[in-house]
Parts: sequence; C-alpha cells; structure tokens
Amino acid sequence: MAESRSSAAPDRKAELRHEHLLDLSTYAADELRHLLDTAQEFRAVLDRPIRQVPTLQGTSVASLFFEPSTRTKLSFSLAAGRLSAETVSLSKSGSSVTKGETLKDTARNVEAMKVDVVILRHSSPGAPHFLARCTDSVIINAGDGAHAHPTQALLDLLTMRAHVDTFEDLQVSIIGDITHSRVARSNVQALTTLGADVTLCGPATMLPVEMEAAMDARTTTRLDAALEGCDIAMALRIQMERQDEGLFPSTREYHQQYGITPDHLRRHPDLLIMHPGPVNRGIELADEVVDHDRAIILSQVTNGVALRMAVLYLMAPQRDDG
Amino acid sequence: MSSDDRIKAQLMTARDLGRTLDRMAQQILERIDPDAPAPADTFALVGMQTRGVHLARRLQTRIRAQTDIELPLGLLDVTMYRDDVRLRLEQPEIQTTRIPFDVTDRHLVLVDDVVFTGRTGRAALDALMDLGRPASVQFITIIDRQHREVPIATDIVGREVPTLPDEEIRVCVEEVDEEDGVWLVKAPLPRSVEDDAR
Repeated sequence: MAESRSSAAPDRKAELRHEHLLDLSTYAADELRHLLDTAQEFRAVLDRPIRQVPTLQGTSVASLFFEPSTRTKLSFSLAAGRLSAETVSLSKSGSSVTKGETLKDTARNVEAMKVDVVILRHSSPGAPHFLARCTDSVIINAGDGAHAHPTQALLDLLTMRAHVDTFEDLQVSIIGDITHSRVARSNVQALTTLGADVTLCGPATMLPVEMEAAMDARTTTRLDAALEGCDIAMALRIQMERQDEGLFPSTREYHQQYGITPDHLRRHPDLLIMHPGPVNRGIELADEVVDHDRAIILSQVTNGVALRMAVLYLMAPQRDDG
Repeated sequence: MSSDDRIKAQLMTARDLGRTLDRMAQQILERIDPDAPAPADTFALVGMQTRGVHLARRLQTRIRAQTDIELPLGLLDVTMYRDDVRLRLEQPEIQTTRIPFDVTDRHLVLVDDVVFTGRTGRAALDALMDLGRPASVQFITIIDRQHREVPIATDIVGREVPTLPDEEIRVCVEEVDEEDGVWLVKAPLPRSVEDDAR
C-alpha cells in the first residue's frame, strides 16, 4: 500500500503498531511521535469556529469509569464527540457493577452491543490488560490504579513539545507522591523513550527506591536538587485522603519542603511548571505559581482533548466491510 | 519514476507540466476582476495535500511574477473528511491543514493534482465549508482522468485523459518525487481502496 503512493518516499510511513493503549512501556519513539504529530493536527481543529469533523462517524465508543473522574471522562467524551463518534458511558454508581457484575461480564455485555472502542478507568492495576485479553474491542486505558495513565502522559508531552525543541536531554522533574502516581509512571516511560532525563522527587515515604533501577529515572528527596538544571517541573497532586496514612506530617510541612514557590521561579528563570490537576493551591504549588505565565497547566487541559482525538482516530478499528 | 516498470506512457514532461501551470496561472488571472481593489484580499489559493500544495505554490509564484499580486496560500488535508477513512487497511496519516486567512466571502481556488472519482473534491468542499462561507470555490487539477462517482466538476483542467479504472495517474513534482512530470501506470495488484486520485 505504501509503495503505491509515489516512487520516491524516502521516509518510512508513520504508523501505530499497537492495537490497544494499555501503557506506554512498549511504545517505541516513532509511535509516540506519530501520536503527538497527529494530535497537533487535531489541535488545530479545536481552534476553529466549527470544532467537529466527521471522521469517526459510525464508530461507537464506550466509557467505563469504575473510579471517579471529571476531567479525563469529559475530555474523552469531548474528543469522541468532536470526531462525530457515538458515545455511551457507564460509571460505577447506577450500573449493574454495584449489583456485583464482574468487569469481564460488564465488558462482554458492552461488546455484545457492538462497541468498537472501550475506554476504561479502574482502580485495579492491569484491569485494561485483562479486558484486552478477554474481549475483541480496542481498549484504551484511562487510568488503572497506580499503574498507568497513558493519555495523561501523552498530553503532558504534547504540552511540553509546544515549549521545547526536542525531548533529547530535556530535564524533567516530577515532584510529589510518586508511589501512588500512575501519571508519574507513564510520564517516565514516555519521556525516557524519547531521550529525556527524568528526576523523581518526593518525601522518602512517597518515593519508591526501586523506581531508579526499574524506570531509568534519578530519585531525590531534596526539591533543590530536583530543580537544579531542570527545564520542566511537574508537580503531582497530593491526595488529601492519603493524609491519614501518615505519609507526610501535614500539608503545611509538605508545602514548605516540596511546594514550588515564586522564589523557585525567580531562582530558575527558564523553569516551566506543569500539573496534571486538580491543583491544591498552596500545597503543591503556591497560589502565585499556579497563575504565573510559566505555569502551562491550562494548555495541558486543551491539549488533552486533541491528544485523545488522535488516540481515538489512530486506534479505532477499521470496518470489516472494506 | 522514469525507471518504474509499471509505466504505460508518459503524459507530460517537466516542460509540459511547466507550460500547463503557466496557462493555468493565466486562466486564474482571467477570473480575477481587474478593477477589484485588492485581489489578495478577495482571492486565495488552497492546495490539497500533498502534491496540490506544491502545485498551488507554483501557481502563486507564477501569478506574482506576472502581476505583483501575492495571492494568499492555504494548505488543506481532507483526511478527516474522507468517506473511506474507516474502510482502509490502516489509518491514513493526517497532514497539516493551515488556512492563514478567513475563507468567508473569499473566492477560493482549490488545487489538486488529479481528479478521479470526485470523492476527494467532495471532502475538500465539506472541509472548506466548516471553515466559513467562501464567496465561491473553483476546482483546478492538472489531470482529469474521468470515472466520476459523485457530481464534482472542475473549472480549470491541465489535460483530460480517458483512463481505465485499473490504471493510475502519477503527477510527480520535484519537491516530493525528485522530478516533474505526469505518467500513466498500471495499478498495483491487488487493488485496495486507494486514494481516489491515483
């Protein structure tokens, strides 16, 4: 097929070799770049007066959210809508899940209704992998426990790419509760594949030592060390519900040691600030930092829709009648 | 291209292609009202990815050389609007769409290399209408190979070539294919759902 294009096509055609988007550990650099390039083109659609294209007419997308989520769910359903796909969604409350139906049976039933793509958010790591094995639908992981959140990492990369020329040797520090963060894991996988250097920083109680060896990232418990020579600092949300677990003494003390303040911005004049949201103002980031020009948090949100459009476009299965 | 063993005939040399573009530039100029105060504000070229973009750029250069009119140039990729996007073996790559002007109330000249079934032209019209309400759209192609499946007409054509459905037309441009020229080739087997232009 590729050769029927033209006799002289020197570069290999960009393609996605994966059938599902479960985590980014097996995605090669060219696949990540292809996803980001495609997202860039969809980004342009979002800036037009008519923000909808007919591309995925007739494709049905089911969102199964077994864990609360506002932005990710909204972002996926906007992305599907902008591509004219048909969407159904199901959340934990008000479904037969509360009646004790297993994940497998729920998914099988949704599949029997001829759904092409299933977007899954689940509290158990590996739930999407399990679904991919037991159904024929394309599975997109929208967050599974503390394991992976691939579309969040990809939208972070898309946001970074608007500000830097290359990921090669880019210094990125991820700060916060690394242990419980699927965002951190997915970001480390994608960033290191593209050649960036990642530093993970947080209190020792939230910083698994195995990460350094397993994930090819540096770890430190000192914020100053993490910000030295850093291009982009990504602060993670502190989950307030974890405070009871005794991982850090108080939010005030966390902010004193790991919160990014205007002083840090002054000392590092080129540092960009990211955050997957929702921000706890005055804890991960000082108020002034959230509203600073160098905080690129809101463009992360817009890019999320474009990125998820690209994921749906590239992963939606081809129709059989072709 | 010249060494491809599936070639049936060369339809245009580089020189022929150059002359065809000269004539097409002239025909575009004839459609621009000479009394209009600022043609660059009321007309624009829109090149369809990939080869249409290069052809449109050459038309822009020719028009500038003759008249000092700098027509704005937009790039259009119609992949998102194709009717066969989900029927293909793999997802086609989405290329850049960049229309750096407001299409509303503007006369647009849509440029592509080949018109065949007309489905690409249909997709292009839908894409343009989503960007605004153009005053008019004219469609120009280097080759019209016939076999229309939807009622899409061309306004300016370099050459009409009656073809068989299992043949393909290759319009090559230096910028992508290293040489200029137009060839008639045998379609590769097995025949898949392909670009309707080819």
